[in-house]
Amino acid sequence: MSVLVYTENWDGKFKKLSFELISYANEIAKKLNSTVVALSIGNVAEDELKLLGNYGATKVLSVVHDKIKGLDNQVFTSIIAQAVEKEKSTVVVFAHNNTGKAIAPRLSVRLKAGLVAGVTAVPASFKPFTVVKKVFTSKALSTVVVNTPVQIVTLLQNTYGIIETATPVVVEAFHPQIQDAEFTTDIKEVSKVTGKILLTDAEIVVSGGRGMKGPENWGVIEELASLLGAATACSRPVSDEGWRPHDEHTGQTGKVIAPNLYIAAGISGAIQHLGGVSGSKCIVAINKDPDAPIFEAADYGIVGDVLKVLPEMIAAVKELKNS
Amino acid sequence: MNFEFTEEQKMIQQAAKDFAERELLQDVIERDEKSLFPTNHIKKLSELGFLGMMTHPKYDGGGMDTISYVLAMEEISKIDSSVAVVMSVCNSLVNWGLETYANEAQKEKYLKPLASGQKIGAFLLSEPEAGSDATSQRTTAEDKGDYYLVNGTKNWITNANSASTYIVICQTHPDKKHKGINALIIDKNTPGITLGPHENKMGMRSSDTHSVMFNDVKVPKENRIGEDGFGFTFAMKTLDGGRIGIASQALGIAQGAFERALKYSKERKAFGTEICNHQSVAFKLADMAVKIENARNLCLKSAWLKDQHQPYGIMSAMAKQYCADIAMEVTTEAVQIHGGYGYVKEYHVERLMREAKLTQIYEGTSEVQKIVISRSLLKD
Amino acid sequence: MKICICISNVPDTTTKIKFVNNNTAFDNAGVQWIINPWDELALTRALDLKDANAGAIEKITVVNVGLADADPTIRKALAIGADNAIRINAEPKDAYFIATQLAEVIKKEAFDIILCGIESCDYNGSTVGGMLAEMLAYPSVSSASFLDIQNGQIIVKREIDGGQELLGTKLPFIAIVQKGIAKEPRIPSMRGIMTAKTKPLQVVEAVAGEPFLSYNSFELPKSKAACKKIDPENVKELVNLLHNEAKVI
Repeated sequence: MSVLVYTENWDGKFKKLSFELISYANEIAKKLNSTVVALSIGNVAEDELKLLGNYGATKVLSVVHDKIKGLDNQVFTSIIAQAVEKEKSTVVVFAHNNTGKAIAPRLSVRLKAGLVAGVTAVPASFKPFTVVKKVFTSKALSTVVVNTPVQIVTLLQNTYGIIETATPVVVEAFHPQIQDAEFTTDIKEVSKVTGKILLTDAEIVVSGGRGMKGPENWGVIEELASLLGAATACSRPVSDEGWRPHDEHTGQTGKVIAPNLYIAAGISGAIQHLGGVSGSKCIVAINKDPDAPIFEAADYGIVGDVLKVLPEMIAAVKELKNS
Repeated sequence: MNFEFTEEQKMIQQAAKDFAERELLQDVIERDEKSLFPTNHIKKLSELGFLGMMTHPKYDGGGMDTISYVLAMEEISKIDSSVAVVMSVCNSLVNWGLETYANEAQKEKYLKPLASGQKIGAFLLSEPEAGSDATSQRTTAEDKGDYYLVNGTKNWITNANSASTYIVICQTHPDKKHKGINALIIDKNTPGITLGPHENKMGMRSSDTHSVMFNDVKVPKENRIGEDGFGFTFAMKTLDGGRIGIASQALGIAQGAFERALKYSKERKAFGTEICNHQSVAFKLADMAVKIENARNLCLKSAWLKDQHQPYGIMSAMAKQYCADIAMEVTTEAVQIHGGYGYVKEYHVERLMREAKLTQIYEGTSEVQKIVISRSLLKD
Repeated sequence: MKICICISNVPDTTTKIKFVNNNTAFDNAGVQWIINPWDELALTRALDLKDANAGAIEKITVVNVGLADADPTIRKALAIGADNAIRINAEPKDAYFIATQLAEVIKKEAFDIILCGIESCDYNGSTVGGMLAEMLAYPSVSSASFLDIQNGQIIVKREIDGGQELLGTKLPFIAIVQKGIAKEPRIPSMRGIMTAKTKPLQVVEAVAGEPFLSYNSFELPKSKAACKKIDPENVKELVNLLHNEAKVI
């Protein structure tokens, strides 16, 4: 018996997210009297793999295959299915990110294992497997029962947290069977922004809405974000207008995020926007309209002109940092 | 009786709502303030077929019924009446008039590009000394054998600059009074036509309203709609339907203001509670809702009668007068509910109030509608 | 080339969510139903491709798993421009059940490209597209934000952390699309609305299938504590509170 976690790597490195997944799986394993096995695909140094032991993994399966150049949904599904069989896993954990969303559903069909996507907590019970997930884009929660012997979950990032548990860990090379015919997508080109804090990874997000008046005023958003080590985001009208790129759009149809601090500047807080950010631990709203719905969702609010408030906030943060 | 809308009618209503919210709302205040004609907005609206909604598909129209037209007009007018008035003039005056009374050659040449939205039309009736009184036209169309020579001035012409095709009501036989009037299709580019300056209006400021001067404008005989002397009947029949358009526009203005007032009253607090909990405000909302419901029913009944090919001129006069008058009342109350915020542009209701005023005036003032209604009651 | 778009019928995104039957079922009273926004973007992209590649795309079909109450939503897809529709007559129970039904129909129709929205705004599974691909043993590209046909070749890009990957793949394949795939959904034209009722909407019976999941109960999130308002003249106070009280900076 085991709980299997697919731990993705980014250029051979893990992220906080990877450790959060292991921490989460470890809590499940404790309840099931089981152990956590991590599966890594690609070139990751042994020292890096062993880091997973700090959060409760007892074994790391490492798959290195020269034909694997990047994510191929069918190949990855096949590798993970073989790992599940080998480790007799009863629960499989993925991140609810691009990769998890791409593979988990395929694995669900391959293993005939029920998949609950976007969970935020450990299962409330295991007989039957019962877990709470957000539905209606965070406007409600549902208690979901999985009717299959093996269960798969994808965990929403930054919702569970990281718990350190030093555990003796072994790294084992794993050689699954992969047929050439299973490779169906080839990556021709990768374009990547480097050095920018990713919205989904960020602990602090500074987000601008139509109240910012125009793209020329984004300097203050970027300055505040860089001071706070934050990522920048925007509301839907802003990305629709082309003031900011689409990948910054947070909300129901954009990115769903759950940072520790979400600063909404000049965002009125339409219900669709709130659906994407309501998981944030702390929300600050700055808006000149005292009746803007964003204040209903916010922990702290300032009724005022963002273009006047943000520079003052920048000054105050600088002062705090210098003290 | 059946008060249910069909699936298509609901879809059209939703399409108009989506269009208004997505395309019109974002810059409506600026366009109003600066009197900017919504060129791109009208282009998109015409591409979707909203300018030739009711024209038969064989003339490149949408083939929709009048109920659908009322629903669409209401949705557009909730956000921007300057756009709605373009829609109203094209659909119920120009396109309907041509489809109903023009000959096949005229329909082929003029109606098709209008109904498909490639061109915009204008209806030229009002004159400096003849507004809602259509019988005393001073603009003349002198019969020169194979053409008419048109001279005179038309006032308050919606789409005067943006239109390509004019329908002009003018007098050919002054001795025959209204029976000497003709309706001519005139290409706006015809030599001798000049425009007055853009009118700086109180409301619907972004619709392009000008006076139009005709100075020895030659119009081919083949551009006359109907028999010689048919113009007055043409204008009156066309205006019967036009009133449904303006009534729905007024309805939309009222509904738009009401929705904003309702929302605001649930958010704004005074004396420790949301203002909608104060009876003075709650009763205002109730009065507004009743008036709007009545107004909508009058619009829909006029449209229904028209779709059933039953006489609708009196009902559309009732709809036009009532909708326009309650639009004025409802928008005034909406501003009142908003208090100081209602008096500034950002909250839209002051603009809706200015727009409402025009619906009581153009295409027959409320008083003229009452003449139409009362004459029908008192005849025989 | 034939394109299929799987669409779900979901509550409008502005719907106030409520539950009935002791919080075991969604309250659909007064709810306005729409095409799931991601599915609508997929449809929009398919139509854009058809417009740009005259003749290359012979047919755009929408497929839905649902009961007759989904018909207005399907008609809207036809009004926007899909050529025909298939509704699989069954209550959509869970993603696995839905994918099972879709797979059955799609197998028979031999589509070249199948587009699914990445998630639906009701149960937010992000699951059906991937499951469908596995059932059909088709390649899948998830988080696809760009799809084009250039010189007869399919170009697809997927979102990765901090960027995009340009992919080559084999036909038939499933693109699971997200924001960016199309700019904004189309508004149906008058012509489109009128012709929608004459376009074929075929209703087929469902095949046997059991769901993997049951949604046993629902609850609304606890309401947040009231927002603490800070004087706009004292922005420093906000920064102090974030540092000392919320401890987030």
